[in-house]
Amino acid sequence: MFLNQFLLFAAVLFCIGIYGVLARKNGVLVLMSIELILNSVNINLVAFGAYNQDLAGQVFALFIIAVAAAEVGVGLAIVLLIYRNRRSIDVAKANLLKG
Amino acid sequence: MIVALLAQGTPLTETGLWIANTFFYLIAFVAVGAALKMVTTSNVVHAALYLLVVLSAVAATYVILGAEFAAVTQVLVYLGAVMVLLLFGVMLTRAKIGAEDDLDHEQRWIGGLVAVGMLAVMGYSLLEAYGSTQLPADMQPQRVGPISDEIFSTYIVPFEALSVLLLAALIGAVVVARRD
Repeated sequence: MFLNQFLLFAAVLFCIGIYGVLARKNGVLVLMSIELILNSVNINLVAFGAYNQDLAGQVFALFIIAVAAAEVGVGLAIVLLIYRNRRSIDVAKANLLKG
Repeated sequence: MIVALLAQGTPLTETGLWIANTFFYLIAFVAVGAALKMVTTSNVVHAALYLLVVLSAVAATYVILGAEFAAVTQVLVYLGAVMVLLLFGVMLTRAKIGAEDDLDHEQRWIGGLVAVGMLAVMGYSLLEAYGSTQLPADMQPQRVGPISDEIFSTYIVPFEALSVLLLAALIGAVVVARRD
């Protein structure tokens, strides 16, 4: 098995996630795309861990999974707050700071 | 790798490699298709379900790479907890049941351009750097015991920092979403 097949798979998922973050207006969908990006990074870490036969890759993948869980909790709380204040989670309409 | 697990850590045979590769390409194909559907579908709940497919495929990729504990954690945390949280988010923001027509920006082609450009750059540099690098043929699955030893000795400081971060995120989420 080539190392590259895993790295390229992760790169494709990463770019699809980037597209999702940039193109979506719904706040929950943006959060889902961020999960996709974090997962693709995890594939890279685990693949390099297997390549070097080193546990560090998997350990840091586990750390990222925990951080992602915290991130989605806080992110959803913020999205809910925006919904409660503005009756919409359209991120294009959250432009109070726009000059 | 799956075969190596069954054979208890002996190096992969030709057939074993072939099976692992076939599984990988099958999984990668399904995952990329589901991810593309996720960022283009016009139904929020369907997007969540497509994300579920992608996350399961990533867990399967971990198994192929011999990272069983990461795969199990992926299933528990992502497919279990994060998915339920996201579906609750969909429900609490009263997303319409069925298709919605204004989920995407009008200028989403710029996002597509950025994504394709990044893929080109990353793909080129990956092919340049790891063109024909093979994973070691005697790749061993990484067991849970050594991982826990590693986390609780070498990486004890990041682990504790992560515990504090989780606590802070928990309290922060409660404070932010509280009704008062």
